[in-house]
Amino acid sequence: MSERKNSEAADKAEQSLETREFSVGEILKQRGVSRRDFLKFCSAMTAAMSLPASFAPSVAQALDEVKRPTLVWLNFQDCTGDTEALLRAANPTVGEIILDILSVDYHETIMAAAGHQADEALETTITKYKGKYLCVVEGSISMKDDGVYGCTSGKTHLEIARRVCGSALATIAIGTCAAYGGIAAAIPNPTGAVGVRDAVPGATVINLPGCPCNADNLTATIVHYLVFGKIPAMDSKGRPLFAYGKRIHDNCERRPHFDAGQYVEHWGDDAHRKGFCLYKMGCKGPATFHNCPTQRYNEKTSWPVASGHGCAGCSEPQFWDTMSPLYRRLPNVPGFGIEATADKIGLGLVAGVGAAFAVHGALNALRKDKEPEETKEG
Amino acid sequence: MARIVVDPITRIEGHLRIEAEIEGGFIKDAWSSATMFRGIEKILKGRDPRDAWFWTQRFCGVCTTVHSIASVRAVEDALKIKIPPNAQLIRNIIMGIQNVQDHVIHFYHLHALDWVDITSGLKADPTKTAALAASLSDWPNNSATYFKAIQDKVKAFVASGRLGPFANAYWGHPAYKLPPEANLMATAHYLEALEWQKDVIKIHAILGSKNPHPQSFLVGGMSIPIDPDSQNALNADKLMEIKRLLKKAQDFVEKVYIPDLLAVASFYKEWAAIGGGLGNYMSYGEFPDANGNLWFPAGALLDKDLSKVIKVDQGKIAEYVDHSWFDNSAGAGKGLHPYEGETEVRYTGPKPPYTNLDTNAKYSFVKSPRYEEKAMEVGPLARILVAYASGHKETKAVVDLVLGKLGVGAPALFSTLGRTAARGIDALLIAQQTPKWLDELIGNIAKGDYRIHNNESWDPSTWPLEAKGYGFHEAPRGALGHWIKIKDQKIQNYQAVVPSTWNASPRDAKGQRGAYEAALVGTPVADANKPLEILRTIHSFDPCLACAVHVMDVNGNEVVRVKVS
Repeated sequence: MSERKNSEAADKAEQSLETREFSVGEILKQRGVSRRDFLKFCSAMTAAMSLPASFAPSVAQALDEVKRPTLVWLNFQDCTGDTEALLRAANPTVGEIILDILSVDYHETIMAAAGHQADEALETTITKYKGKYLCVVEGSISMKDDGVYGCTSGKTHLEIARRVCGSALATIAIGTCAAYGGIAAAIPNPTGAVGVRDAVPGATVINLPGCPCNADNLTATIVHYLVFGKIPAMDSKGRPLFAYGKRIHDNCERRPHFDAGQYVEHWGDDAHRKGFCLYKMGCKGPATFHNCPTQRYNEKTSWPVASGHGCAGCSEPQFWDTMSPLYRRLPNVPGFGIEATADKIGLGLVAGVGAAFAVHGALNALRKDKEPEETKEG
Repeated sequence: MARIVVDPITRIEGHLRIEAEIEGGFIKDAWSSATMFRGIEKILKGRDPRDAWFWTQRFCGVCTTVHSIASVRAVEDALKIKIPPNAQLIRNIIMGIQNVQDHVIHFYHLHALDWVDITSGLKADPTKTAALAASLSDWPNNSATYFKAIQDKVKAFVASGRLGPFANAYWGHPAYKLPPEANLMATAHYLEALEWQKDVIKIHAILGSKNPHPQSFLVGGMSIPIDPDSQNALNADKLMEIKRLLKKAQDFVEKVYIPDLLAVASFYKEWAAIGGGLGNYMSYGEFPDANGNLWFPAGALLDKDLSKVIKVDQGKIAEYVDHSWFDNSAGAGKGLHPYEGETEVRYTGPKPPYTNLDTNAKYSFVKSPRYEEKAMEVGPLARILVAYASGHKETKAVVDLVLGKLGVGAPALFSTLGRTAARGIDALLIAQQTPKWLDELIGNIAKGDYRIHNNESWDPSTWPLEAKGYGFHEAPRGALGHWIKIKDQKIQNYQAVVPSTWNASPRDAKGQRGAYEAALVGTPVADANKPLEILRTIHSFDPCLACAVHVMDVNGNEVVRVKVS
């Protein structure tokens, strides 16, 4: 009798939890975040999503209205670099709270529970919020030998991914490993590592490559979903256009030096100190699509080219094989030219990289994405 | 006898599984297993040695600088390259802040919840909390208003009914001993440290473009140019920003981390007699000056004997695979020196899903490195003990101060609590030392020395046909070594023996336990269903499993692959 009473009370409590609805705006208020800080965050997110500033008020309004979604974060064949990137997210106070507000119900690196209590937390979440939760995957998934090269709680990552990503509303593959297999998938790919799309073919996957992913792009992707109620438009490699729609070379602060034929020849030479173009030192910016030059890292402090080192091409599929060696110049790029020539250089490069992919047999689709001008020209 | 399994061990880097046998409320035996493998060293074969730092950096995104450092040092050793003094100082600053930031994150975000019951803090009196905090340090955020605001925030969070990452934990476990006020104080600093860490690590962004995975390392030096008259180089503005952030780092360690550590430790003194483990310690030493002299001394200690520091010789290191999922052509019971590493992954564990591993057979993707056939513990405790036993002045002063405050003797350091305390001591020493390297760098620049890279051997055509070298780095988690063999301008063989490989290692051919396993034996477990005590001892090592697991066969031998059925 008393047992039944207890369980009824528990049911009721659970029901009230489920039906209690919090908007992000309300929760922020509850947590002592000022309206001003909230709006500041919304403007930053608007900028990160490449929307005009006039969108900020509607972003704020939309966030005020959305209910609190659930997120589970899975670590597979990873280095935890993307988790670390998350910890460095810009707009710290509100950003942290936003992620908190997402109700991060499973994340092995930060969660208090361990062992079977951690397992239980995952089970409860994916059962209770089936089809409604967001999933983030960090790290590649080993397919070889039935996936024995990655196990958690005695289950293969492949099995976990199929269950958890398969029932998610959407899965964000964070970092190049989760998106395309990354470093573990580099030749000879000893463990048969692949990205989420290849491991769980039916899942809805958004790729946020980068090594690591820029945390601002993760936050912006989630906010995009909360605000617009749909996942962002993506290129043929599954990357959101707002973050990967432009070539690094075209947004690079050192582009004028490329066009003017001013190059670094040796580390620490006069040209290096003056901030000239790093193309001859192996920069892969001309073949890489990512918003690093504008979004930068660590609260916009810097990005690789600004520290005097070339871009490594880390947001491109199989860049570990197609873009290396790190210090080899990209092929078929004349040393200098004027603006028009440089654009053609970009075009030649895209073809070159495509060929390299085909040679390695590593890509299932050559790029046929978002470069209308070039497609036209080509 | 009950065998319990903790998998996943959370609040660490990577995938670690612990199996333990419990008898009469104590752990009788334990097994440490790493369950994820990538094989990066195999992938490195045939690639450009100058790229190795960029690849090996991806061993781990938490220890995000350490493999780059060890890797460029290995290649520089092989090619006999001497780097300019400023490059060395920039590396010291990068290593220094990595160490301090990593230790603070470990203490608050990975380890604290083993000692701090957040839910108990809800019952705390904010005024009393402020008084407690003020008695420990003059940190500005020590007001009752501040702690009340934090408490309200946590209350609202709990009231929302969704505990997120704090759900399903061991809250209310009898092993939690802090009073509510200490719990609230630590919770407040958990949140404050989260903000702090992302600020101070901007030093990596200034010197290396970003964190994690800074990108300014080069074989022969660094890529960040120095020029006070350029906006695209390390100039006065950027140097002053680094100075400000180093001050911020030092302040937090001195006024928050160390006081919290001492306060928490004073409630858990029984843990100074638990979790001692192997009693053998090894440190490679770190922070070279322009002449290559190390600030932290290198050395090894055996059987907890602080009176005799042994000189470390890299030639005496060998790795065994008798309980690891690898083949070894040298045969069972034979270890191989890293230069000769030739291991091939071969999973022979149970078919997933499984409930238990066969720990009599092979049971981990981590190998068993041994020094002169002895299992060694590495990490901040080893580093501090070796420095203390070597008479390192700064270390001795801080260690004696901490021991005095806790009212315990040096043997208390051989424990779970000792490991956690040594990490704090390490952070304090390095936080106080790093600004001095910055001052030295500024002094050099003032004298007109802008050199950051030695170009002499950059061009591979200048290299000998064959070369080999090793690079040591005393990383936040301890003794790290990379070994490289270069042939025809390409990587012929590459191997890393990593701190967590030493500590997380399974048994060797002789049945000697690894450091985690040894430390767990004798640990009390009040409730086998909630083994909080296992987390305490394992977390005291700060495990990093992605680092620990790798494969070495990159020497060109085609090994027949056996498909595991």
